[in-house]
This record gives sequence, structure tokens and C-alpha cells, in this order.
Amino acid sequence: MGDVVFAIAFWVFTLLTLGGGLAVVTVRNLFHAALFLLVSLFGVAGLFVLLVAPFLAAIQVLVYMGAIGILIIFAIMLTRGMMRLEHPFNSQAVAGGAVALLVFVGLVLVVTPLADEIGLAEVNIPAEIIEEDDPADVDYETVSEMGRVIADRNGFVLPFELASILLTAAMIGAIVVAREDEA
Amino acid sequence: MTFIEEILREQLGLSADLAALLIVFGGVLVVATGGLLTPIITIWLERKVAARFQDRIGPNRVGPLGLLQTIADVLKLLSKEQITPRDADKVVFFLAPILMVVSVVTMFAVIPFSPLAIGADLSIGILYAIAVSSLGTIAILMGGWGSNNKYALLGAFRVIAQLLSYEVPMILALLVPVLLAGTMSMQGITEAQANIWFVFFVPVAAVVFFISSTAEVGRQPFDLLEAESEIVAGYNIEYSGMQFAMFYLGEWLHAVVICLLTAILFLGGWQGPLVNADNVIGPILGMVYLIAKTTLLYFVHMWIRFTVPRLRIDHLMAFNWKFLVPLSVFNMLIVAFIWKLFPAPEEPGFVAELPRALGVLVGNIALVAVTLSLLQGYATRERQKVEGLVDETLYDPRAPRVAASATD
Repeated sequence: MGDVVFAIAFWVFTLLTLGGGLAVVTVRNLFHAALFLLVSLFGVAGLFVLLVAPFLAAIQVLVYMGAIGILIIFAIMLTRGMMRLEHPFNSQAVAGGAVALLVFVGLVLVVTPLADEIGLAEVNIPAEIIEEDDPADVDYETVSEMGRVIADRNGFVLPFELASILLTAAMIGAIVVAREDEA
Repeated sequence: MTFIEEILREQLGLSADLAALLIVFGGVLVVATGGLLTPIITIWLERKVAARFQDRIGPNRVGPLGLLQTIADVLKLLSKEQITPRDADKVVFFLAPILMVVSVVTMFAVIPFSPLAIGADLSIGILYAIAVSSLGTIAILMGGWGSNNKYALLGAFRVIAQLLSYEVPMILALLVPVLLAGTMSMQGITEAQANIWFVFFVPVAAVVFFISSTAEVGRQPFDLLEAESEIVAGYNIEYSGMQFAMFYLGEWLHAVVICLLTAILFLGGWQGPLVNADNVIGPILGMVYLIAKTTLLYFVHMWIRFTVPRLRIDHLMAFNWKFLVPLSVFNMLIVAFIWKLFPAPEEPGFVAELPRALGVLVGNIALVAVTLSLLQGYATRERQKVEGLVDETLYDPRAPRVAASATD
């Protein structure tokens, strides 16, 4: 059962991710575009689950769909003039498309062994790494491991604290900017 | 589970894969349907209890004690016409109530009803519950927007401001049991309370969680979004028939779920005497305990609902950001600090865990004392500020009244 269900789930989530992404840039109603963005993000969360990263999946839903998605929708709803776009393509469409294509090709070359297989680049990924990526072998308890690594002196405690300070500063900055002048 | 699997494989001759798949689908069906049917009981219960609080009898015509009243109401709602406004965003309008119910029903997947009965014991159980419940916010936005009605949209804005605000203290309070149990798994949190329930040594977190999750559900005293005695309705103003009822179904289900979550996180879930996974009666008894604890909490929920008056919107926000959020932040810091101060007991047991629990309890009591004295100081200052400004005769029923002017 495992393989078939896994494959079905993978294709469903892929379809949601790519279909949602495509709809974001093609529909004319910006509110619908934002909703399709949420669909796409949900697909990514599903892919995270399939990759045995449940914590990332939950964070994806909570932060990206629950918080950032709402923020985007709010921004769109409060700018009513943006609702019906007459021209979905602006003058930079060609340049934008070229950049997107470049990034996509770059990602494919870096992430997958595809380039190596078709002889484009010398990417040597050791066989054992690919074997380790089999979801059945990955430890399911990713949360506690992540916590340990973040709080470990030899791990990522410094970047973690720096990120916390940065976020706090950003939050205080947002309050200062949004605050009305008490004149 | 294994018992059913055996029947499927040996009696019906299904392959192992198909049997496993059928069991998963069957489990989903049972959990989701069971969850969806709870409002039939809780609506009757709440109408009865509300009636008693207000010195009435409540539903008593349909069936014994009015038990079938809800079923009659559901049938009525199902047969009503569903009106979609002409200029509504039809697809969004249609999907919003469905998403609302889905966001709550999916939370049942991680509820541990007994040592064995749990949909999926995820390692991120509690985070999953919070994540899917945040989808309800999107449903409200979709409903408010899709109606193409400015009042619905304004209502949606108000609800979301409330939901986003109260999510902060709720998650901060929820981190406390996660911290104490050292896991986010719902089953793990329940098992960590085998000897002492968390509510006995982190009462502040329990109360903050219960209050802020009540606000998340949006019921009295936090029901500004649809304050039926003051405004027509909130984001759901354009909805009718079963679509309108779906929003309410979501709300009722959510009320049950937050009581379940509080019972699991702070009242030990299915823990109780004679519960273990080994014998047959254990799991069933566990379910009975969990339902009993949930019912008790639900009664408290109704008690608050029918006795506390509604908050004003600025009070609502001030209560959250100036009181609950700082309180839950300090609570988490204090609990984490004291918890690390005491060494972890070598082996679990009531006596071994007692010193640590007492330490945390003392920290909680100190926090409550400081909070109360701060609140008292604030109240005194406020009172001094308004002293002399208020015309005391306004509140004195015996004082002579000036005749109302024509502009009133």
C-alpha cells in the first residue's frame, strides 16, 4: 500500500503546489490569486509531510497560510483599486520570465542529480546520501532533534539568537512606524 | 485495530495492504463522523443549561426532555433555501463554510481518546491542532469577502483582529505543557501527567489557555463578531440555510475541541484510576474519563458564557495585549526557569515528582500575587483619575432627574 498511496499523495500535492502557483500568476482577481497562493502553500506543506518533516509542514500551515496568507489578503482587500487588473502582464514580463527560468534551471542542477545523468555538469552526489533520503529510514522525531541542535553551543545557538534579536528589533520597528505621533 | 485487520484479512481474504488502507479510511470516517455528531448533543445541553441559568425550562417538546429538538432543527435547516447573493463571489462564498468545518473536524485527528484510540499520534500533535485551526481564519475572510457586503467584510475584519490577537497568549500558554512533558505529541503530554496533572502546578497557564481559546471560538463574553443583541450579524450576514448553520457547526465543534484540548493538556486526558493499555476495559475507561473531564470543562465554558457580560472591542484588545500576553510570557519564563532548577526525578512517581511540581506551583502563586497587586495599583490610579469627573447622581436611582431634552 505504502508506495501507491505515497505516489498518489505526492501527485496530489504536486498538482496543488504547481497548479496553485500557476493560478496565482494567471487569475485576474487578486483576492483569488491570494487564495490560490494559500492552496499552493498547502501543497508544499503536504510535500513536507511526505519528506518526513512534519514540523516544517505544521509551521508552513501555521505561519505561511495562517499568518502571512492572511496578511497578504488583508493588504489586497484594503487596496480596492487593485482588484480587477486589466493587464496582467507588464513591460518586464520577458525579463521576469528569463530570470525565473534561470533560477529554475539552477535549482534543478543543484538539487537533483539530473544534470549529472545527462552529462551537463560534474555533480558527484555520493550514493549513500541518496539512499539515506528514503523516508522510511529518516528519524520521525525531527522536532526534538531540531530543538537540541538549535540550543546546542556547537550547533546553531548563535544564529538562532541573532534571528531572535533581529525579529524583536523588526517588531519594535513596526510598532514605532505604525504608532501615531503623540503631538 | 489488529483485531479488525485480522477479520478483514482472514475472513474476507483481502490483501494486507488493502486491509490496512480500509482500516485507515474507516478510522477517519469514525473519528470525523463522531466529531461532527457531538453538536447534536452539546446544542441540546447548552440550550437546557442556558435555560436553567436564565430561569427557564428550555426545549421540552420534541422527544423526552426535548432531546430530539436539535434533530428537528437540523432537518429544518437542511430543508431551507440557500440564498447566494447575486453579486457574491460564488465559489469563495460556497467554499467558506466548508473550510470552516473542515478546519475544526481535522483537529479531531490528533485527540487521544484513550491509550489506544487516537487518529494519529503525530510527534507534532499539538502544533498540528493549532495549525489546522488557523485555517478557520481564512474561512472567515473568505465568507466576509465572498458575500460582497461591506458589513460582512467589516465583521470579518473584526473577527480576524480578535482571532489573531488571542492566538498569541493561547500558544504561549500551550507551550507550558509542551515544556513540562518535553514533547508535542498529544499522547506523550497525556502520559507525562500519569502522576500529577499539570493543572495542579501550572494553573496560570491552564486558565490563560482556557480564556484565550474561548476567545478563539468567539463565544460570550468574546462574541463581538455576532453580538446578536446589538448588531445583525458579522461576517456571516449573507448566509442562509445550511451554509449559515455550517459556520455555527464549526463554532460548536470548536467549543468542544477546546474543552477536549484543555482536558488533555492540563487535566491529564484519559488518565485516571485503572486505566492502562493492557486490558480490555482500560481504553474504554480512559475514554470515559476524558469525556467526563471535557463535560466538566464544557460546563465551566457555559457557566462563563451565560453569566459574564460581553466585552467592548477596546477592552477586548486591551485585555489581550496588556494583560494576557505579558502574563503568559512571564508565566512561561518562570515555569521554564524553576523546572530546570530542580533535577529531573530518576524514576516517575508521585513522591519523586512532587518537589519539582511544588516549586513550579510556588512560582505560579508568586506570579498571581504580583499580577493582582499590579492590577490593584492600576485600578486605584484609574479611580483617582476619574474621581470628581463622574457625576455620582447618574448612578443613584433616587437622585432627581432632569427632564430629557428634545434631542435625545
